[in-house]
Amino acid sequence: MNDFSNALSTAFALVTSLDPDLFEIVGLSLEISLSAVVVAAVIGLPAGAALALSRFPGRRPLIIVLNALMGLPPVVVGLIIYLLLSRSGPLGSYGLLFTPTAMVIAQSVLVTPIIAALARQTVADLHEEYDEHLRAIGSGPLQRMATLLWDGRFRLLTAILAGFGRAIAEVGAVLIVGGNILHSTRVMTTTIALETSKGNLALALGLGLILVTLAVSVNAAAMLLGETAHRRYG
Amino acid sequence: MVDLAMDGDTTDSNGLLPLALEAVSYRAGDRALIDQVSFRLEDSRRTVILGPNGAGKSVLLRLCHGMLAPSDGTISWGGSAPAATIKRRGLVLQRPVMLRRSVAANIEHVLKIQGVARDLRRGLVNAALDQAGLEPLAQRQARTLSGGEQQRLAIARAWLLEPAVVLLDEPTANLDPGATRAVEELIIRLGATGAKILMTTHDIAQARRLAEEVMFLHHGRLLEHRPAVEFFAGPRDPDAADFIAGHLIR
Repeated sequence: MNDFSNALSTAFALVTSLDPDLFEIVGLSLEISLSAVVVAAVIGLPAGAALALSRFPGRRPLIIVLNALMGLPPVVVGLIIYLLLSRSGPLGSYGLLFTPTAMVIAQSVLVTPIIAALARQTVADLHEEYDEHLRAIGSGPLQRMATLLWDGRFRLLTAILAGFGRAIAEVGAVLIVGGNILHSTRVMTTTIALETSKGNLALALGLGLILVTLAVSVNAAAMLLGETAHRRYG
Repeated sequence: MVDLAMDGDTTDSNGLLPLALEAVSYRAGDRALIDQVSFRLEDSRRTVILGPNGAGKSVLLRLCHGMLAPSDGTISWGGSAPAATIKRRGLVLQRPVMLRRSVAANIEHVLKIQGVARDLRRGLVNAALDQAGLEPLAQRQARTLSGGEQQRLAIARAWLLEPAVVLLDEPTANLDPGATRAVEELIIRLGATGAKILMTTHDIAQARRLAEEVMFLHHGRLLEHRPAVEFFAGPRDPDAADFIAGHLIR
């Protein structure tokens, strides 16, 4: 118990003193996860909308697979990206393994299905409501997609926040493809894992505090956003 | 410029008429929701499709607008297919779809879909708001409007770009008398611009107020199609007579 309170007070000190090592790690985490979420949103939003609006053979199985991919284990994603990017892998010549870029790729792969699946659901629900009006005014397929994505913007933003929550908190994928190299690919989650195993609980706990704060903030933002949208748009 | 030739002349051709249906049926499973319906609408009088709930009125309207394809028979607007002329008509639904945007943005959205250049849209939006008496509500979120206001917005949207025809499906079925009156006045003004009005209702009193021509639909079959004055003076069909006498027909 004494250990814990000691670690906790040191952790607070690290956070409040704006410890440069700590904030380098926090900064890199945010940079990687935000980049991954941007990539995932750019791919996932139109892909989800297209899946909601199109009809083709094999669409239902694809939706089931997509929904299942929301729970993709990060270590498996890490392993696959590792194999693709390693020297002898098909993309080995780019030399991306153990770089932040590799970590962005891995997290994008992890987050894209989440955003795509939630976007598909959102667009499909909204489409059911809007379909008759959009058909009556002669809306084309791309216009339809744009209308539905725009009118679903608040729920989609919630989907994006969910994706960010997943990215910032995962450890398996970034650990495997990033390698947890000091000042290069060390992020919050990998540091926590490493420092805990080394017995350096203060740093681990400090990062843990920041991580939890971030997670709570993201969830609060998502909830607030949903409520505001509901109040405003009915 | 007012085209004087059109004044008082209801046999004008507004480009989309006549609407011609020939032996149109629409089946869901083995049930015929619309059964061998044929008619021609030649002029821009207000035509009301009257009939009890479940008569097939909404289905018929959707067939006419090209949102459903007939199982049998042909539908044409001035010789063209319904789907090919969809942008020249407006459709107002019983429960209008309100986009999650402001009133003005709901109107602008239609203009955007129809390919109107951005700098022309504002003027058209303002004109539409003015026509429907919605200017004070322009910036309100459409989904927070009352039922009557929503229906007026739906009519304003359908009124854009001088539609040749406006189809209305039970436009006042969910409204109180005050809101109904406002919507009916708007429909009459819309018809006065030369747009053909084709609307459905199960409300006999409303048909009396609005119809210049009545089509009586029952069990998916068109039983009467006559000028309103004649129809209400004495329907030939016994079901129609029962219906306007206020009996509950089966």
